[in-house]
Amino acid sequence: MKLKGRKVVGGKAEGELVVSQKPLSFLGGVDPDTGIVTDAESDIRGQSIAGKILAFPRGKGSTVGSYVIYALKKNGKAPKAIIVEEAETIVATGAIIAGIPMVQGIDVSKLKSGRKARIDADSGEVEVLESGE
Amino acid sequence: MYLTKEEELILAGEYGYALQKAMEILVALGDIYGADRLIPIKSAQVAGVSYKNIGEAGVEFLRDFVEAGAKVSVYTTLNPAGIGDDEFMEKQREVLELYRAMGIETTSTCTPYYGANLPKFGDHIAWSESSAVIFANSIIGARTNREGGPSSLAAAIVGKTPNYGLHLDENRKATVIVDVQAKVKTFADYAALGYHLGRTLGNDVPYVKGIKPESLDFLKEMGAAMAASGSIALYHVEGETPEYREAIADKVETITVEDSDIKAVKEQFSDDWSEIDMILIGCPHASLPEVKEIAELLRMRGRPLKIPLFITASRAVKALADALGYTETIERYNGRIIPDSCFVVSPIKGWYNGIATNSGKSAFYFRSFGFSVRLDDAENLIKEAP
Repeated sequence: MKLKGRKVVGGKAEGELVVSQKPLSFLGGVDPDTGIVTDAESDIRGQSIAGKILAFPRGKGSTVGSYVIYALKKNGKAPKAIIVEEAETIVATGAIIAGIPMVQGIDVSKLKSGRKARIDADSGEVEVLESGE
Repeated sequence: MYLTKEEELILAGEYGYALQKAMEILVALGDIYGADRLIPIKSAQVAGVSYKNIGEAGVEFLRDFVEAGAKVSVYTTLNPAGIGDDEFMEKQREVLELYRAMGIETTSTCTPYYGANLPKFGDHIAWSESSAVIFANSIIGARTNREGGPSSLAAAIVGKTPNYGLHLDENRKATVIVDVQAKVKTFADYAALGYHLGRTLGNDVPYVKGIKPESLDFLKEMGAAMAASGSIALYHVEGETPEYREAIADKVETITVEDSDIKAVKEQFSDDWSEIDMILIGCPHASLPEVKEIAELLRMRGRPLKIPLFITASRAVKALADALGYTETIERYNGRIIPDSCFVVSPIKGWYNGIATNSGKSAFYFRSFGFSVRLDDAENLIKEAP
C-alpha cells in the first residue's frame, strides 16, 4: 500500500510503525530518556517510539514539546520518522531542529502498528511493506 | 512560499547552521499555514524561559544553538523566568545566559510593553507569551500569531515571520459578537468575563460590546484570561480598541453574557480563606498603577498580612516602584515585588497550597495544578485576608 502526503522535513527511513489514533503531547507525554509514551490519554501509552516510524493525527499540548523531540534525538531515543495527518507548530518545529524526516497529509487510520513501512519524506511517500502476517 | 534569493541562500546553509535551522522552521510553518512569503518583523518576544518548562532538553537545544552562532537580528525580550530552589535557580541562570549570548535582552516579562519592547499600530512582530500576544494584537493593533518558543526564536534570528494568520487583514475580522448584558465593572469582573469567553469561544475573534473599561489594566486582564482558558489571540471592544471599526465584515453570530455567567466563574473560584496561604497579584505582570494601588490598599488596611502577598512585575516596573517608595510600603505589610518571574512557570507545589488572586489567568492555572483558589478584586482580598 502506498500513501501520498507532503514533506515537512526531508529524508528517508525504513522501519516498524507505531501508530496512535489520538493527538499526542510530547511535553509530559513522552519520556525523553527512554522514548516511552507516558501521555495518560494516549492509545499507545507504555510503548516505545525509539527507532520506530511514529504515526499520529497531530500534536497537542505545550510548544515546549518541540524540545522534547530534540532531546529524544540527542538521547538516541527518537523515532526514525514522523507521519501525521496535520502538521502543526510543535511537532514540525521539533522534527526540524532534531532533523527527523516528517511527512504530513497521511490518513493514519489506514496504518497499523507493527507493520514495516518505508518513507521518502522528500516526495511525501509512505509505503507500507508486506507485513508477513 | 516565495523566497528571495538571500532567503534561499540562508536555507541552503550559506550563512551557517543556526540561520539555516531558523529559516527551515519559518519555511515549514509558512508551508503548513499557507503563507505566501516572509515578512520583516519589528520585535520578538520569546517563550521557553522557565527551566521548569523547557527542562534539560531545552537547555541542550539552546546550548547547541549558541555554539552554532545563533544571534537575533531584531529587538528581542524574554518571557518570565521561574523561581525555585538553589539547584533550579542555577539552571535558570544558565538559560538566561544562553539567551543573552544570542543577543537577546534578558528582561523576562509577560508585559514587555511596560518596558522598551513596545510595538506600534500595524507593526508585524513575533511574540509568544499568550497574554502579551493578545495585548499586542487587540490593544495596540500590532500583528502577531501565537508563536511557540522555538518559532519566535527562529523569527528573532532571521528577523522575519511567515505571512499568515493574524498578519493578514481578513483573519483579524470578528467571528462572533459578544453582547455583554452583565454588569462588568471591577478588575475581577473583567477577569471573570475573559475566563468565561475563553472557555466558551475557543479560538474565535470576539467583538465585545457593552463594556466600558475604566483602565487599560482591566482590558489587559480580560485578554490574559481569555488566552489562558481558551486560545483567543485577538479581540475587539466597541469604542475602545483600535481596529473595532473594521472588525465586522459579515453577518456573524451574537452571544450574550449575563450576570449569571460572571457569577458562575466567581463561584468556581471561591475557596475559603482557611485554604489560602498566599496572595498573588500581577498576572500578567502588574503595571505601575496596579502596584501603587496595592501599596495604598495595604496602608488603608493598616496591619501586616499574616500570609505573604506577592506582586509579580517586570524589572522596569519594580525599579519605578522602588524609586517611588511603593516597594517599601508593600514590604512593611508582608508583601513583596518579585521581578521578571512568574509563579505559573515555577515549581512551587508544596511551598503553597492555596492562592487568592485577582487574575483569571492565575485562577485557571493554579486550579489545574490542584491548588485552592479564591478570585476577587485586590481591594476585597487585602481587606479580608488574615
